[in-house]
Amino acid sequence: MKKSRIRNFDQGVLMKSNKIFKNALLIIVACFALSACATSKKSTGQMQGDVYTGTDTVEYLASGVPDRVFFATNESVLTTASRETLRKQAAWLRKNSDITVVLEGHADERGTREYNLALGERRANAAKDYLMTYGISSDRISVLSYGKERPVDSGSNPLAWSKNRRSVTVKAN
Amino acid sequence: MKKILSIIFLFVILPLKVSALIEVDITRGNLNPLPIAVSPLSIDENSKKSFEKILNKKNIGSEISLVVEKNLKISGLFNPLNKDAFLQSPDIANLKPRFEDWNLIKAQALITGKVNFIDNKLRVEFRLWDILAGKEMMALAFTTVPNNWRRVGHIITDKVYERLTGEKGYFDTRIIYVAEEGPKTRRIKKLAIMDQDGANNKFLTLGNELVLTPRFNPTSQMVTYLSYFRNLPRVYLLDIETGMQEVVGDFPGMTFAPRFSPDGKKIIMSFAKDGNSDIYTMDLENRIVEKITNHPSIDTSPSYSPDGKYICFNSDRSGYQQIYIMKKDGSNVKRISFGRGLYGTPVWSPRGDLIAFTKLHKGKFYIGVMRTDGSGERLLTENFYQEAPSWSPNGRVLIFYRETKTDDKGEGFSAKLWSIDLTGYNERQVNTPTDASDPSWSSLLSN
Repeated sequence: MKKSRIRNFDQGVLMKSNKIFKNALLIIVACFALSACATSKKSTGQMQGDVYTGTDTVEYLASGVPDRVFFATNESVLTTASRETLRKQAAWLRKNSDITVVLEGHADERGTREYNLALGERRANAAKDYLMTYGISSDRISVLSYGKERPVDSGSNPLAWSKNRRSVTVKAN
Repeated sequence: MKKILSIIFLFVILPLKVSALIEVDITRGNLNPLPIAVSPLSIDENSKKSFEKILNKKNIGSEISLVVEKNLKISGLFNPLNKDAFLQSPDIANLKPRFEDWNLIKAQALITGKVNFIDNKLRVEFRLWDILAGKEMMALAFTTVPNNWRRVGHIITDKVYERLTGEKGYFDTRIIYVAEEGPKTRRIKKLAIMDQDGANNKFLTLGNELVLTPRFNPTSQMVTYLSYFRNLPRVYLLDIETGMQEVVGDFPGMTFAPRFSPDGKKIIMSFAKDGNSDIYTMDLENRIVEKITNHPSIDTSPSYSPDGKYICFNSDRSGYQQIYIMKKDGSNVKRISFGRGLYGTPVWSPRGDLIAFTKLHKGKFYIGVMRTDGSGERLLTENFYQEAPSWSPNGRVLIFYRETKTDDKGEGFSAKLWSIDLTGYNERQVNTPTDASDPSWSSLLSN
């Protein structure tokens, strides 16, 4: 689609001059669209944007039920993938109604300690809220923020930081 | 409780006749530190032997003067001269310095003194001399228990600093901090306390649970901090003298980011519940809790103004971490940080005129200061990671911690304490036996 617009433009330049302005607009739009795609789809294979998408650090509560979800820098918004993971956790928790869990919220090392404690709490609660909308009682979920105190990856690079921005569901009993 | 401060001072202030000619300007970065000679405190043979028995130090007079010398050097404002060049013996110099001799080695000021062992006590007198004017500037004597000998050195430094700069010193103080060890992913953290110069380091907790952000009360006898005891992150109080700990922020959620009010009667802290952090105070006498902020954003890192009328704090209500101030009851909230980047950890200076902060901009961390209306922002130091400034009691120096970047294998992590003058000069590492973070500076202990 975008490529064809560019082709249109190429032809447009050769065609009538009164179309040049309109087509110039088109190419600007196309450039924006392309560059937007370029950033949002930028992927090292393990990150989308700066949200971790790999499985290196992930453990499983049960077969096919990942224990953690990941966040963008300074964010506590659940991604599509995170919501899918949490739905699996909710289904597993519904099947195992005697199990209670602790949601451990974490931040990366690139923030002040106290703010990160609050951010970890906000992330874990985002996960908790989602589990509750899928029918898990709040009595079964407690929240514990570690801020930046317990990284899983000790690296000082964007990939390591993306693994550390997480909420991990841990069996409490 | 006051035992730890049970130093007995009998200040005998001898008359001063002179107006000072030398002065040290501490408002500018001092690139020409004042040359000062610290003559070893003279001591008679009997006193020497008595102190050696008690303190296991061969010459306590020299030891005390070394404490003074090191303090002066670390302040960045003074250049203590090499003792090898001193021509006059300590005892004679203390009676009457030959000013020409001291002038010859380019000293502008001279500290002399003597130590005596009297009734099992340490008696010290010291004098500060203006070499160019050829006059005595100050003479002071005091008596204390021998074990306090390092504090004697700190107090002498405070008096000299005050006489020459016109401002209170910060040497008879202590630092409480978090001692760290172990791998980055499983750090063991303990509360630790030491003298401002790194001596007398002592661990206050065992490291069984995670502890963070200790802060002194105004008399420096109590500490409030965050402990993960039983995996419940809560604000605690610790009495340094008795070792008694008690939880003060036991609400159903996490309490964190504690600090004392300037009168020491309240603790202000964050309380996080259901994904929202707000600021609360607790009165330590009647345990009455008040909610100060009420906003769906993160409100944390509160710090009172020295008069207790205002609170500065950190909030992301604008979308990102910024610094705000408000009245002590939570009214009149006003954002004061408007520069580029994120701002955190605001701390009100003991003088009341400035707020120190951490700033994150383009992947770098800065320690800076701004006026309380947000104007006059000055960044003092830039690094890969640093945060959590704490003021010296005279508001001239900031102590903070700095972490290193790890290598490709995730190794090489360290956390250390650093200090820097308000001028942006005299940045130096503060030595600790282990890795260290979250420093908090005490008040002057001898006041």
